[in-house]
Amino acid sequence: MSPTNAMDRRTFLQGSVAAAGGLVVAFSLTPTAMAASTDSDHVFAPNAFIRISPNGAVTLMVSMAEMGQGVRTALPMILAEELDADWSRITVEQAPVDEKYNNPLFHMQGTGGSSSVRAFYTPLRTAGAAARSMLLDAAAERLGVAVADCGTATGYVIGPQGQRLSYGDLATAAAKRAVPEHPTLKNPREFRLIGHEIGRTDTADKVRGRATFGIDVELPGLLTAVIARPPALGATLKSFDATKALAVKGVRYVTPISAGIAVVADGFYAARKGRDALEVDWDETASSSLSSASIRATMTELLDSNTAMVAKTQGDPDVSGNRRIEATYAAPYLAHACMEPMNATAHVTASSCEVYAPTQAPGPNRAMVAALLGLKPEQVTISQTYLGGGFGRRFCPDFITAAVEASKATGVPVKVVYTREDDMRAQYYRPGAVARLSATVEDSGLPASFKARAVAASINRASGFGKQNELDGQAVEGLASWPYKTANIHVDWAEYKAGPGVWFWRSVGCSQNIFFAESFIDELAHLSGRDPYEYRRELLKDEPRLLGVLDLAASKAGWGTPLPTGHARGIAVAESFSSYVAEVVEVSLNPDGTPKVHRVVAAVDCGTVVNPAIVRRQTQSAIVYGLSAALWGEITVAAGRIEQGNFDTYPVARMPHVPQIDVHVIESTAAPTGIGEPGTPPIAPAIANALYVLNGRRLRELPLTKSV
Amino acid sequence: MIALNINGHTQQLDVEPDTPLLWALRDTLKLTGTKFGCGQALCGACTVHLDGQATRSCVLPVSAVAGRKITTIEGLHPDAEHPVQQAWRAHDVPQCGYCQSGQIMSAAALLAHNPKPSDADIDTAMAGNICRCGTYNDIRAAIHTAARKMQKGHSA
Repeated sequence: MSPTNAMDRRTFLQGSVAAAGGLVVAFSLTPTAMAASTDSDHVFAPNAFIRISPNGAVTLMVSMAEMGQGVRTALPMILAEELDADWSRITVEQAPVDEKYNNPLFHMQGTGGSSSVRAFYTPLRTAGAAARSMLLDAAAERLGVAVADCGTATGYVIGPQGQRLSYGDLATAAAKRAVPEHPTLKNPREFRLIGHEIGRTDTADKVRGRATFGIDVELPGLLTAVIARPPALGATLKSFDATKALAVKGVRYVTPISAGIAVVADGFYAARKGRDALEVDWDETASSSLSSASIRATMTELLDSNTAMVAKTQGDPDVSGNRRIEATYAAPYLAHACMEPMNATAHVTASSCEVYAPTQAPGPNRAMVAALLGLKPEQVTISQTYLGGGFGRRFCPDFITAAVEASKATGVPVKVVYTREDDMRAQYYRPGAVARLSATVEDSGLPASFKARAVAASINRASGFGKQNELDGQAVEGLASWPYKTANIHVDWAEYKAGPGVWFWRSVGCSQNIFFAESFIDELAHLSGRDPYEYRRELLKDEPRLLGVLDLAASKAGWGTPLPTGHARGIAVAESFSSYVAEVVEVSLNPDGTPKVHRVVAAVDCGTVVNPAIVRRQTQSAIVYGLSAALWGEITVAAGRIEQGNFDTYPVARMPHVPQIDVHVIESTAAPTGIGEPGTPPIAPAIANALYVLNGRRLRELPLTKSV
Repeated sequence: MIALNINGHTQQLDVEPDTPLLWALRDTLKLTGTKFGCGQALCGACTVHLDGQATRSCVLPVSAVAGRKITTIEGLHPDAEHPVQQAWRAHDVPQCGYCQSGQIMSAAALLAHNPKPSDADIDTAMAGNICRCGTYNDIRAAIHTAARKMQKGHSA
């Protein structure tokens, strides 16, 4: 995924001005489940994102996956702002797969990298403004007045004498106008939606059980599959006997697929019982010796490997200083543990394949499914449901592949559902990592040099989205971007090529590397006898946006003011996904010695804010997600098997664990940047840094409860 | 056939007696508002009311609930105007939303038994419901809002 701001604007703005007439198959995320509409219903479709009917219905298409981050609210807000649509009357619809909906940052239709608003902000503003301009043109012609004498207000063009022409009335005429290439955008001072706390469009359905997630998809004749999977890393299928599985009432088919053996039944429970009854002989010899200890030993050896790839080098990294400080850190593999277990529904026929899935990557999914079945991409539809959590996990197509293979093998529509254990053991983990950080420090206490060696598996290699056998930027992000003023820097990466599979996990490399970097800078501060906040301030003089959030968080948290006995504060700051977040935590110790987090004060600079409530809630969400990982998250391996399977062995934050979280957002007119992930990286180091103040113990390994 | 009283209606279901209530609701009755999360009563996504008590339906065989009063998210209020649902909307609680049916059912059961819960009461009553989006603080605020609303309703 190579981010670039470039986008073929002409392609984007090419309108399907009514005449296109193609069938738009839209997966309406409502109880009606599916709705097909033709472009002729929407006479005015100046681009892929806006459809206006003569009856005044305004439909705004959302091309990104709604997985909680609020895209079905924030993206339509941007369109409606420039269109001057009546927000109370818009309809939001999930877009089908079409290149027109490609994420401009990734050049594919996929949701990730905290990219939705930053990628689509200007394109959607332009799309909305173009439509508004065409409606204005049509109204001016009808009224026989100059366009300049007309204005718009919530779904109407207002003429010079106050005439009100509704967008619906103008739709047919507007469709005949040329799509302007450079429509005038609003002055942000005129914004009445952007920057306001508009309620989410999906709340009403979600509080009454009516939002359709992937697992809720229903089709005529649909069967459910549960898959018997290899019990250990690298295990392969020797043989199986389906007799007992097929004897379970409701089980219809037992068929091998690439992930294992699909047991296909009338419903989930019969499928699971059939799976449990299935007799399978696996060959587990390949990796039975692999364990978390052996993984760690190999990674530790790689700390001294001379085959590392250089991510950044500057000045003379071996420059001497007053003294040299070195520390080694570690982070475990992590599961995403989305609340909705992985699932997908597929219906394969000789000439088509329909997929319904909670996926982050419908564009790549369609190409993959077409290749798998030997179909043309246009013979494959991917309908994107709501996602019960994503966090990067649902960018992986494993659940779609399984559903397609199971449907192809049985000839019926099949919904594959992972059990929680299947989900947690599927091996798409945040990479486990170790890193050695060192610095030479001058008499002043400030660093003269900074070196970091990161060891972790490559997400690019695992995902195929990036280049292999080259530097994987995700392995060093958060280290190579060391922001503290240091003349001499060297950061490199030694790739770990074995172990469990790895994948994108909320905030990706920053999820572990910011723990390393922000713990280390804290160590430098304390060793230099400096206040960790003031020390960071001094070294961030040339980083105004990092400094801005650092100061705001410290100030709002009352940094330096007295705390109750037994409480301490810790601080951390990071840039990720082009946004800046600082967090100050207040921590004490539970009677069992584990940390209790009482309060988190976060300061966020994500540029222009489209919806402040969503930004605040995404930051809280990212912090709670990071809190689970900081305190408990750990996937371990023993004898080639993943030891965790459910929430008893993979604990996550629950109501009693969650601190007061105050989020302060910096007012900014800069371009909008990411918000789904940037709140996650600072929380673990902030807690570790507070624990050091509390008891003088520097915890260099996650999760933090492991060392208690 | 097993007779189940769901959302005020008694229905005859042709399911195996050991089938968990969750799958009878979802796969047989197509009441998909109740969610599958863990299958071991660890996450609360499958929470329904059994005779008014918040109960995890994923480990509860239908044979154990014949004749008992079962309420799902779909039956909490005919127009989704239960005070807890109103408060959830006022606080815009859901993010991905997958756990929220279970959260709402746990919260509604809590308030039915304890009209003015303290934060500690909320911690205890809601500890069985996981939200990976981390909406806990909004859930807590919404429960307090719903409690105030229900108190007003009673005094009016």
